[in-house]
Amino acid sequence: MTDAAPVKVSPEKTLLLLEHKHSRPLTACHWEPRSRFVFFGAEENLIHRFEPATGKVVPLAAHDSWVRAFGSSPDGENFYSGGYDGRLLFWPATADNPEPLRTINAHQGWIRALAISPCGKHLATCGNDRLVKWWDAATGKLAKEFKGHESHVYNVIFSHDSSRLFSCDLKGVVNSWSLDSDSPRTLVTVEKLHGYDTTFRADIGGARSIALSSDGKQLALGGITNVTNAFAGVGEIAVALLNPAEGKLELLLESKDKTKGTTWGVAHHADGFWIGLTGGGGGGWLYFWKGDSSQELFKLKLKFDGRGMSLSPDRTQVAVAHADAHLRLYALRGA
Amino acid sequence: MTRHSACGSVEHLLSRRALLSGVAGGLALGLGDILTGATGIADQIKAKHKRVLNVFLHGGVSQLETWDPKPNTDTGGPFQTIPTSVPGVHICELLPQTAKQMHRLSIVRSLDTRNNDHARGVVEMTTGRKQTLGVDYPHLGAVAAKSLLPDRFTLPGHVLIRSSPGGRNVESEFHKAAYLGPQFASMAIYDAKPPKFGDNKDNLTPETETLRNAFREQANQRFSKKRGNADTEAYNFSFTQARELIAQRDVFEVSREPEADQQRYGASPFGRHCLLARRLLEHGVPYVQVNHADYDTHFENFDFHIEQLGEFDLPFATLVGDLADRGLLAETLICVMSEFGRTPKINKGYGRDHWGTAWSVLLGGAGIQPGAVIGKTNANGTEVVDRVVDHGHIFHTILRAVGVNSSSEFQIGGRAIPIADPAKGAISELLA
Repeated sequence: MTDAAPVKVSPEKTLLLLEHKHSRPLTACHWEPRSRFVFFGAEENLIHRFEPATGKVVPLAAHDSWVRAFGSSPDGENFYSGGYDGRLLFWPATADNPEPLRTINAHQGWIRALAISPCGKHLATCGNDRLVKWWDAATGKLAKEFKGHESHVYNVIFSHDSSRLFSCDLKGVVNSWSLDSDSPRTLVTVEKLHGYDTTFRADIGGARSIALSSDGKQLALGGITNVTNAFAGVGEIAVALLNPAEGKLELLLESKDKTKGTTWGVAHHADGFWIGLTGGGGGGWLYFWKGDSSQELFKLKLKFDGRGMSLSPDRTQVAVAHADAHLRLYALRGA
Repeated sequence: MTRHSACGSVEHLLSRRALLSGVAGGLALGLGDILTGATGIADQIKAKHKRVLNVFLHGGVSQLETWDPKPNTDTGGPFQTIPTSVPGVHICELLPQTAKQMHRLSIVRSLDTRNNDHARGVVEMTTGRKQTLGVDYPHLGAVAAKSLLPDRFTLPGHVLIRSSPGGRNVESEFHKAAYLGPQFASMAIYDAKPPKFGDNKDNLTPETETLRNAFREQANQRFSKKRGNADTEAYNFSFTQARELIAQRDVFEVSREPEADQQRYGASPFGRHCLLARRLLEHGVPYVQVNHADYDTHFENFDFHIEQLGEFDLPFATLVGDLADRGLLAETLICVMSEFGRTPKINKGYGRDHWGTAWSVLLGGAGIQPGAVIGKTNANGTEVVDRVVDHGHIFHTILRAVGVNSSSEFQIGGRAIPIADPAKGAISELLA
């Protein structure tokens, strides 16, 4: 890893940099803010701390189910995990053998996502109990419990000024929350990210990934659209770009060839493009969108389907959790 | 067409109850045995009326997310197990209410049906036979209706409760009776709404209706003397049954159940279907099947099982508890089956695919030993390691449990046709 200033990236120069083989299929990954480690989850109850520089892997054992929600304090000293066991755990990020500093029974059922405020003072979680919770990141005390979603809450993120939360549920309902109000402000329902399959009698959709643009003016929700078979996951990749201030859908990022799959990861690069990770019927891809057109400017075929993605803090690498039990790091390079 | 109506066969001379077994130490009884086994017949006639409730989870419910969880293994998925009301028996955490009823139920964890096809699985699980091209076997409901239907019973013997059409074809809308005759085929109730046979569209007075029916019967008799066959007999049966059903229309009105009960079962379609099932079973309908769909979770198996089993758990557990509390469980066999299970291997989309190699069925109630676990799979559920059974064994077990001698035969047009696959037998250690 490097602390060098971010380079001007050309997406078409992206290449595979490193592979780490694990024993189970991976589910999620997370770069810590100082780029020393990538934490990843897999189809098991353990979290793993991978050190790219050395290849060293340290397990973090305390959850009783799979773990797909990760976050770090801005200084990288604390690591947070939210599990399908409903528990929120605080960890010392760099300890030789990490043990939980704090364990909170945060949600009834799965924690699907967690977010750390840019100021580092707040932490948010959301889950299958349809709740969004706002926590004090230092003490672990619950600051506010937000009710308003009517289906599983799939993702959550803080605004850049740390004053608001944005959340999105299974049915594509996007809410905005603040500490001074109990009620949500429903920004928009992204109908393109939800469908009810009448054959299987089931809802499918939601934000499988979430990110804000570098300037905080656009909220990106990655998922699946135009679903024709919910139970086989037959639909097309998509990222909805919203204007959170106006509660308006601005653009739906798609693929030129209507790639089948789900957008499991999304991030905005400061050089002015969106990155999306996909997996599903169309295979694994890294998509790059400029954001001024619904179609991609470049896409990179991956060795296997992706399930989770994290952009390194220095914006030079993308970590991908792959379903073939690999963590792969991709280099974002300049022209 | 061969004439099978009123054929004078031995079977037609016997009441349906004569097919009931539970006698002679479980020995197979042919019809000759029934004719000569006077003591056995007397016992059978005294026997209480038995019923079957079959809950069919269409699409293939995951055994790993229900009855045979394997937590903390490479195939186990994210869910943990929970203890049940049977010490030492654990099931998936997605079934907390059912777990409280497990002392009334038993699990067969060792099905190997060697089939991964939906339509074939539905046929084989509900007929107890390997699907054979060109051969139709009667549905379990038809067999149960023919075997268990009391004399002078005026409701249908075989009722299917399901959501309105719109699901996939494998969620059958109609259960075949095959050679047993269409009067034993299913009557479907959609969305827990009474069938529309009760409407008096012609605004006839009772007197006019009686006269019209007398004329119809006269015409029927004349026609039957020359050209009657099994089908015309079935039409007559259906017509007569429909008239009787009109008088009992409220049996199908789930809204007539107490408001408190409706709340206990919940507002979901499956909740209302389970409450209607209770109502029909209380009215003595011998076979009630409730379909719940869909479990064909090739994508996001875990998310969808949260949803589907979340809908299944409370109404089903409430129904089991109610049947027990009302003294009906001893007379009612309960089965929860699918066309197959789901792969231990989790695919790249968090799904599980079709899997007939090692999966589970739930049984309980009449004639079934409660709280038992039959069979075993290996540590990560990829194969059966003890007591392999298939659809044939389950079919025999269900019938034996309600007192039907599954090793006996139907006499159809002078031909003896085994009630169940003669190559298979009941899971005897599961029978009470």
